[in-house]
Amino acid sequence: MASLIGSYSLFFSLGFSVLILFFSFKNLKNTINFDNKLLSLTFLQLLFIILSFFGLIIAFINSDFSNSTVFNHSHTTKPLFYKISGTWGNHEGSLLLWLLVLTLFIFLFLISSKKQPKKYRVLTLLFQQIIIIGFLIFLIQTSNPFAQIYPVPSEGLGLNPILQDPALAIHPPILYLGYVGSSIIFSSVLAASSTNYISKEWAKHIKQWILISWIFLTLGILLGSIWAYYELGWGGFWFWDPVENVSLMPWLALTTLFHCVLVLEKKLLLTSWVVILSIATFTLSMSGTFLVRSGILNSVHTFANDPERGLYILIFLFTLIFLSLFVFFFFHKTDGQNNTSFFWLSKETSILINNWFMMYFLAVVLIGTIYPIFLDVLTSQKISVGPPFYHKLIIPFLIPFLLAMAIGPKLNWIKSNLQNKSHLLLLFAISLILSFLIIRILEISFLVNTILFTSAFYLFFITLRDFFIKGFKNLAQNIAHFGFSLLILSILFNNFLSTEVITNLKVGETYKSDELTINFEKIEKIKKQNFEAIIGKFNVKSDNELVDILKPELRIYNQPNIVTSEADIKTNLLSDKFMTMNLVQNQEYFNIRYQIKPFMIWIWFSVIIISFGGLFSFFKKKI
Amino acid sequence: MKTKILLPFIIVSFLFIFFILYVGLNRSNIYIPETVTNEKIPTFKVKVFNSEKKLTSIEIFENDIYYLLNIWASWCIPCRDEHPYLMELKKNKKLEIVGLNYKDKVKNANNFLNELNNPYTLILSDTDGTIAIEWGAYGVPETFLIYNGKIIKKIIGPMNNNLFKEIESVVK
Repeated sequence: MASLIGSYSLFFSLGFSVLILFFSFKNLKNTINFDNKLLSLTFLQLLFIILSFFGLIIAFINSDFSNSTVFNHSHTTKPLFYKISGTWGNHEGSLLLWLLVLTLFIFLFLISSKKQPKKYRVLTLLFQQIIIIGFLIFLIQTSNPFAQIYPVPSEGLGLNPILQDPALAIHPPILYLGYVGSSIIFSSVLAASSTNYISKEWAKHIKQWILISWIFLTLGILLGSIWAYYELGWGGFWFWDPVENVSLMPWLALTTLFHCVLVLEKKLLLTSWVVILSIATFTLSMSGTFLVRSGILNSVHTFANDPERGLYILIFLFTLIFLSLFVFFFFHKTDGQNNTSFFWLSKETSILINNWFMMYFLAVVLIGTIYPIFLDVLTSQKISVGPPFYHKLIIPFLIPFLLAMAIGPKLNWIKSNLQNKSHLLLLFAISLILSFLIIRILEISFLVNTILFTSAFYLFFITLRDFFIKGFKNLAQNIAHFGFSLLILSILFNNFLSTEVITNLKVGETYKSDELTINFEKIEKIKKQNFEAIIGKFNVKSDNELVDILKPELRIYNQPNIVTSEADIKTNLLSDKFMTMNLVQNQEYFNIRYQIKPFMIWIWFSVIIISFGGLFSFFKKKI
Repeated sequence: MKTKILLPFIIVSFLFIFFILYVGLNRSNIYIPETVTNEKIPTFKVKVFNSEKKLTSIEIFENDIYYLLNIWASWCIPCRDEHPYLMELKKNKKLEIVGLNYKDKVKNANNFLNELNNPYTLILSDTDGTIAIEWGAYGVPETFLIYNGKIIKKIIGPMNNNLFKEIESVVK
């Protein structure tokens, strides 16, 4: 029943799309005022998508296996929480979530943009409807979440155990708010270009939407990263996996876009940057969907492969790209705006410099992600691009990037000089000495490391100083930049100070090294609703003092039958103690991996600080 | 004026990207092996993994048995996929598996082997990737079947069940 309602709701929404298109065109031609019918229609469309989404959730809760999505991704023994989160833990359901966000955002846009010009609002709605229609047809045609199975199976196939996790349950909705939220920026920029409305007022208004997307995207990436850290048990936070890369690319574009919009709002400069980046952000999000859903890339978390789906998104993606190219080249006016020359020492120049760096980072990630596809098609060669590629190309360029991030906000708009800026030199000297000492103590004597630490510390000290000197002035920016310096420092320390012990132990055995001993005390078995767990108990001692008791788990899930390894992580402010346990085949031994990862929590924490900066900026104007 | 050149250029570039992705989409995701027969193995000198000893290519492949040279790295995800096949091939007494650890950190490489077990009788260390270039390798993983100083078969990308059976049938 719920499936049926959900299924029909989709068709109704498509019907409303057609109506909205019709009335939009009519509204564009005839009247001066915004036709409120459009608002009602948008609301009704949203309502039906919500209905459809709830239909799917209810089908999941009731374990209605006549629905093929539920059959493929759920099971009666699953806890209620994961039945619900299973709704978006699969291809069909997650696309429905896409649609929900698309329609929700256009509705919110319409009710919050009443002061904007009529033509601009109608056109934004129109462009957004094109995206909505594209996705509706895609959903109904190739990935209907309400497809029926007959005869009705008595039991479902179950949800992949690694997805049965609280962080991952909320990760997709948050990430999608960021991903799909950028659609509003895309539609809006096309509308503003077409009506020649790219102005300071527009910048001020779209900035809020950029911030919303940006905050959710940042948090979404963070959640995914935390999940990978403790669930996949690889003991790291970023693997340069294609799926991670496709979420990083829109983030880089969006971050750059935000800075450009700031310049646009103040100085009416960089309009072309803003237009191109707005288009790029959403097309990159879409490309991400294409790369992940079509199965063209091999990754740790691909969805079911289906070339038909891939082809549809590919065609749709390029239709949108060509549409935006058309708007950009034939409607976007650049005359008279970009002719202002930049003085070399000014805030806008430093933003421009960092824009180029961001574009460079984006290009590196983009090439690393899609180059294997190109090489394969053109020469039939297979390659695997791994972390060394990204590290080599990105890390050296972080240095000037960090320095510009530190100095840039100190400069004035238009023209600046460096008088009364002696503290900049002083802080740089302090950072340099501090980094030098750290490098000496850690015994990593590379020049590039010293400079890297220096520039990270430099940004850290400068932003820290500003909290005291400037108080509430530029607080949002300062918080975000401070968070970024903290992130880089945490990553650096984490990278250089991590230690690891890997050994095979059986129950009762003890591993001894100079620094610590690990005693495998016992194992116990526990039966839960959807899995059985083997829990090991390990006593970790250092200098004969008990430091930690760690209990890593092996879980044997019943549906589907998969063994996963759950790391036990003891977190404190200074470091994470991380232990995983794996079966060694046909033996009584267990493979034990014990890691000490310093400042792990600071990596997560600094990303939260960064997004908090965005949040602060979002509310700043309204207070 | 600028637009007149730029726009067609951009459109052509995007059409090219579309074409590539379209073709890529219709290709199977299974790695296609490339066979090179009777090519001589390159001569080189290489450091042995976890030791300071150096060996030449002649010393490494001197015996009258089949050798499998496998280029791998701990950061390479497809290497994890093919690992069980290598473990299975290890049981074959007429075959010796030589690993070439490609652009890797010793610590990470050791962890990889501890976690998944070690299929190699000998591991060579190629920290800067130059030895892999000598072999004409494109990336990781890549595997060469060698007999009598000659490359009988070259596999680009991870091993799969068919290739595994093929090797088993060659090495009897």
